[in-house]
Amino acid sequence: MTEDQIKSVVFRLLKTVAPDTDPTQLKPGDNIRQSLSIDSFDYLQFIVGLDKELGIQTPEEDYGKIGTLKELVEYVSSRRPLAK
Amino acid sequence: MTRLTYREALKQGLREALQSSDKVFLLGEDVGRYGGSFAVSKGLLQEFGPDRIMDVPLSESGFTGAGIGAALGGMRPIVEIMTVNFSLLAMDQIVNNAATLLHMSGGQLNVPLVIRMSCGIGRQLAAQHSHSWEPLFAHIPGLKVVSAGTHEDARKMIMAALLDPNPVILFEYTAMMNLEADMEDPLPAVDLSKAKLRKSGKDLSLITYGSGVYKCLHAAGELAKEGMEVEVLDLRSLRPIDTEAIVASVRKTHRALMVDDAWQSVSISSEVSARIMENCFYELDAPVQRLNGLEVPMPYPKHLEDAAIVQPSQIVNKVRQMLG
Amino acid sequence: MIPYQMPSLGADMESGFLREWKVKPGDTVKRGDIIAEVETQKGIIDIEVFDDGIIGELLIKVDDKVPVGTLMTHILTKDEAAAGIKPEKLTVQQAATAVSPPPVQRHIKASPLARKIAEEKGIDLASVKGTGPDGAITREDVERTTQKTVPAERSVSENVRMAVAAAMSKSNREIPHYYLDTTVDMTKSLTWMAEANKKLPLQERLLPVVLILKAAALACREVPDLNAWWENGPVKKDHVNIGFVVSLRSGGLMVPSINDADQKSLAQLMVALNDVIPRARAMKLKSSELVQTTLTVTSLGEGAVESVYGVIYPPQVAILGFGGIHEAPWAENGMLDVRKVMTITLAADHRATDGQTGNRFLLAINKNLQQPEKL
Repeated sequence: MTEDQIKSVVFRLLKTVAPDTDPTQLKPGDNIRQSLSIDSFDYLQFIVGLDKELGIQTPEEDYGKIGTLKELVEYVSSRRPLAK
Repeated sequence: MTRLTYREALKQGLREALQSSDKVFLLGEDVGRYGGSFAVSKGLLQEFGPDRIMDVPLSESGFTGAGIGAALGGMRPIVEIMTVNFSLLAMDQIVNNAATLLHMSGGQLNVPLVIRMSCGIGRQLAAQHSHSWEPLFAHIPGLKVVSAGTHEDARKMIMAALLDPNPVILFEYTAMMNLEADMEDPLPAVDLSKAKLRKSGKDLSLITYGSGVYKCLHAAGELAKEGMEVEVLDLRSLRPIDTEAIVASVRKTHRALMVDDAWQSVSISSEVSARIMENCFYELDAPVQRLNGLEVPMPYPKHLEDAAIVQPSQIVNKVRQMLG
Repeated sequence: MIPYQMPSLGADMESGFLREWKVKPGDTVKRGDIIAEVETQKGIIDIEVFDDGIIGELLIKVDDKVPVGTLMTHILTKDEAAAGIKPEKLTVQQAATAVSPPPVQRHIKASPLARKIAEEKGIDLASVKGTGPDGAITREDVERTTQKTVPAERSVSENVRMAVAAAMSKSNREIPHYYLDTTVDMTKSLTWMAEANKKLPLQERLLPVVLILKAAALACREVPDLNAWWENGPVKKDHVNIGFVVSLRSGGLMVPSINDADQKSLAQLMVALNDVIPRARAMKLKSSELVQTTLTVTSLGEGAVESVYGVIYPPQVAILGFGGIHEAPWAENGMLDVRKVMTITLAADHRATDGQTGNRFLLAINKNLQQPEKL
């Protein structure tokens, strides 16, 4: 999976929980939750979505590792090898 | 279509009534040989004879009582009290006998009596002979009180009143005797319990009766030239009052002005105003207004007499104010 | 034959628009079934029936404005339905007239008809210039205003804003609030939750908010005075129905109720939240989720400011505010440590209770949060 493919899934999931925002405007270093004002409930929906779409089970202690867009993309690619 | 005076319309009505049944007869002061003080019954004595057109002594109480007795005995008398001004002398007969006997007899005795009287101003007849006392009679349960404000009603109300099994007071208007109007022939019978819309409009309801009807129609004509569509509702029956018709009109126009020549306090216009408040307050777009005769003894001089009763120009001005 | 009237979906509701009937005459319904959709200032709300039976004639047309208390239909028994009992039309009129006189607005000269129309169209007469006699406002004046204002009909989110504005203004005007706060150590609760979540599938993971809700719901049982309504006097409620503030992304908020929250397990609470939050955001709530709330909770969640002081939603008598969970120095047994802490605030109606009650309530919540395994 390429970085762009990951991003496109992430943006789509974020758009579902925060429909009034434009996740594509996120810069790599932006904190996702703060930038899009996503509360804990919606964040959990997002994590559930990641699992459904990409099969990535994110344990709670890893939440801190995926704060920014850059971190999140790296986290996803490390758990899901780039080449299929 | 025939053109005739109010007086002639009344006479035609009387003639029709007398022709309808042998039980009908007219009694009153000067109704026979003199032809009626306003010439309403002129010629009827010759036509129907002294048993049917009966001159009586000057005793309102006496001949009204005689009329009540005749009605109890199965006749259909028409009592003419020359003018409303003299009716006070017959008031005990009217209020305590005619109006109450059905009740006092436990429903056994009807009094099928019609009392006609001429009402309102004449031509400078001054304070004792110009009364508008429709409200006094409309106050009394047991009576029906109707008011002939048009030629059509002058012609047809007598017959309708005679068909009623209970006492009916019929008001006619002295000042209108010589007034001419076109009238259809034949005319349909009138329903005494219903008010009649004389002119339809959407901006305001003029609610009136008797001498007010033609004044209101005249005013409505003037207002139409200024683009105001005013409705004229002729109550006709003052007891009972056709509340339904009043409410229907106010629901349509949302503004009401009552017009009549009687003194304003405790009058028909007070009663109509109260019924509007009770039944359609939330339809009102302006306060209900009233135009009435001034509360003074009727003055003799012509200009003061004119000032004491409602004039069409006053109606026009009042409506203009109310419609802003 | 049981009359079904337009329910009041909040103390500030005067009327609602019927948008859809979900039943037709002759349908069998059970208590709790949704029979219609009604649009109020709080969005579209599904209204439920309170009795079992068969739906009678539908007396209100779709898109009619329906004042609270207006007869909408009847719930018939089987026998009545079989006998073909039809509710008389007359009762509709009675119901309508019973509520029709608009509230008198003093000091504004306007005709009764103008008032009636203004009331129907939701126009503030104070904003209308009168051209009638003595400067009175007439029907024409109101209709002129209507023509101007109609295109700018309020959006749903503006309506929500206005509903919040009305309720909060009333609250601040009428309720003498008193405020208490305390900061609690969340370490035990959070550790316990993290352990529990490890064993749970992703979809069932708990959020701190369910612990908070449960701790508050149990405290309501211990200190029932705050689980109450003010209705010309304090009235304690048997059920613990916790209203949970959900902020809408477009602004404004909805407060769906988690009914009988004290009886629900943490997992059940999580399911309830998963169900109700998306519906609150979509403004698709049921009437029973809006009108039975006995205590409101507002929770800011992680990363937020430390404390929030609420404004009570009438007729309730208290609102709890949970601030953001954050790390802070914590002194205990003469030692200083860094702990995850949370500030809990209470705003309560001083007519109904006093500070001592509030104190006991906050202490009970703290105690519950220190025993997460019992939640």
